[in-house]
Amino acid sequence: MSQASSAPHVVVVGGGGTGAAVAHDLVLRGMSITLVERGELTSGTTGRHHGLLHSGARYAVKDRESAVECIEENRILRRIAPGSFELNDGLFVAITPEDEACEPLFFESCLASGVPARRVTREEALRMEPNLNPALRCAVQVPDGTMDAMRLPLRFFATARRNGATIKPFTEAVAMTIVQNPGGRCVTGVAVQDHMNGRRYEIGADIVVNATGPWGEKIARLAGVDVPIQPSPGILVAVRGRYCNMVINRLHESGDGDIVLPQRELSVIGTSSWVTDDPDHLAVPANHVEEMFRQGSAMIPAIRSAQTRATWSAARPLIGERGASTGRELSRTFKCFDHAAEDGVEGFVTISGGKATTLRAMAEATADVICRKLGIESPCRTREYPLLAHTDYYA
Amino acid sequence: MTDVMDPGFDTHSTEAPGRPFRFRVFRYKQGDRAPHFEEFSLHVAEDTTVLDALTAIRNRLDPTLVLRHSCFHASCGTCGLRVNDREAMACVTKVVDLKSPVIKVEPIANQALVADLVTDMVDFYARFNAIGRAFVQAVAGPPDAATPEGVGHYSRFENCIECGLCLSACPIVASDPRYLGPAALAAAWRAVEEPRGLDPNAILQLTDDEQGSWRCHAAFECSEACPANVDPAGAIMLLRQRQVGEQLRSMLGGRRR
Repeated sequence: MSQASSAPHVVVVGGGGTGAAVAHDLVLRGMSITLVERGELTSGTTGRHHGLLHSGARYAVKDRESAVECIEENRILRRIAPGSFELNDGLFVAITPEDEACEPLFFESCLASGVPARRVTREEALRMEPNLNPALRCAVQVPDGTMDAMRLPLRFFATARRNGATIKPFTEAVAMTIVQNPGGRCVTGVAVQDHMNGRRYEIGADIVVNATGPWGEKIARLAGVDVPIQPSPGILVAVRGRYCNMVINRLHESGDGDIVLPQRELSVIGTSSWVTDDPDHLAVPANHVEEMFRQGSAMIPAIRSAQTRATWSAARPLIGERGASTGRELSRTFKCFDHAAEDGVEGFVTISGGKATTLRAMAEATADVICRKLGIESPCRTREYPLLAHTDYYA
Repeated sequence: MTDVMDPGFDTHSTEAPGRPFRFRVFRYKQGDRAPHFEEFSLHVAEDTTVLDALTAIRNRLDPTLVLRHSCFHASCGTCGLRVNDREAMACVTKVVDLKSPVIKVEPIANQALVADLVTDMVDFYARFNAIGRAFVQAVAGPPDAATPEGVGHYSRFENCIECGLCLSACPIVASDPRYLGPAALAAAWRAVEEPRGLDPNAILQLTDDEQGSWRCHAAFECSEACPANVDPAGAIMLLRQRQVGEQLRSMLGGRRR
């Protein structure tokens, strides 16, 4: 490894959106960065998500902390990554009288969380989105958007690399180098296997960041620590045809199949939620696929007869206690674990939870922890720093 | 809706009791003298895709296999491969639909090989950069659709998913590395149609030569291979028509539009 300066060297394990944003943030704070990812960049959870740029409205009633995070990050991402989003807004649609009864609390909760919301009549909603179920009763417009799940993180990778980070896809972390100090154990590096040439080697590190999402527990185990990450898969269905231009959400308590997003000439319906121990083996259960069509067509009836393009599953990296049953009861906010404080292991930090919309905030929190550990005073610059185009990653 | 749905029958299973298939997978690591094929056996269900099979091989049989993948629904363009000698997005190609007990999987052609099924996309994007295209285009809604308050017009990303399958399928790209290629020419036509701040005349002139629109032999292999209905060959023909029109106009003393 040729590290040009005497800057602290941080190894980030995990090439998803979180790792990308962590690398970007730390480079801007003057650190030397190597990021390793066992497969292609964004090949884990990041690339598989539905592509929603959250307004926060979805969480406004029950998880205000997440809602506030989302709207703040939504505004920041629009500023630093123009061109990466379809900014067509979102509609929360009330289909049944029970949905309609939720509307006042939903609307007030959006405003209380700082999420701009506008009440929309049935007629206006149908003018904006003519494929909506004509039985709908009312709707609320919020600044949801859609993103390209791979290309937004690629902009963080491109910018981090331009600023000096070393990005190594197809390079798998297979072991941690751990030294026993009088005060406890300390992670001092990562052993990796380069799958492009079969070579195995070690990368020394002042700090190792575990940014592997639902694989976080597996990587933490390499360092001998346990993190409470609960992989919680959900299914997604893409159908041919663009049935809406806005993000269509069901106005009710979050549940299965309650969102339809436009993506190019496709519509994506999501999602369900269960829990698993192994994020490498995600089923695509037939009954969940059927449920997506059933719930999706309650909002947009034409979806019932749409042609399926793809069905797949993605694992959320939720922070939670073992024993959660669906994942829905777990908060969607994120947490940075400093394993020195919690497990007596120095030099090792895990970032998990969160969602694609909050990748930058997750990185800021992680970089703050790392700066504190290293005694570096350097403010976060990512709120204002414009990102390069995704194509620059390949330049 | 807090009751969890029991994750029932896995429609993408790669385990028995599904149907058995043999996968002949292209293998190459940097430093190898030559690539070779390696065979793996897997059972597949009705909806199991070539990508499901390859990731199952990686997870269960050989963790050193590398391939590109991200979105699993043909939106990101990373898992474009050659499957039984045809360009295909692995994530939307069902194994049983290939109607063959042996599935041959190779990286896309005409691009630099990195390892196994991975190719380097630098060349692909270099072609686009010559065009300087815009990335977001307007979308026409249904005729009576109104845009919501605060939204000027609906927009969407490009249809092109940047997978490289058109370059892999194109017989000219295979023989002439200087040819701009179908993806970039399709993007050029899109920019001429809908300039969004770019200069359409500059793009017309840039692509009006033997390495541009006129190098195409109209084999239409690119449009056949395109998983996103971009129809690059059709775009190249339209580009030529416009270029001829502009030439005639200037010969007759008119000014370029």
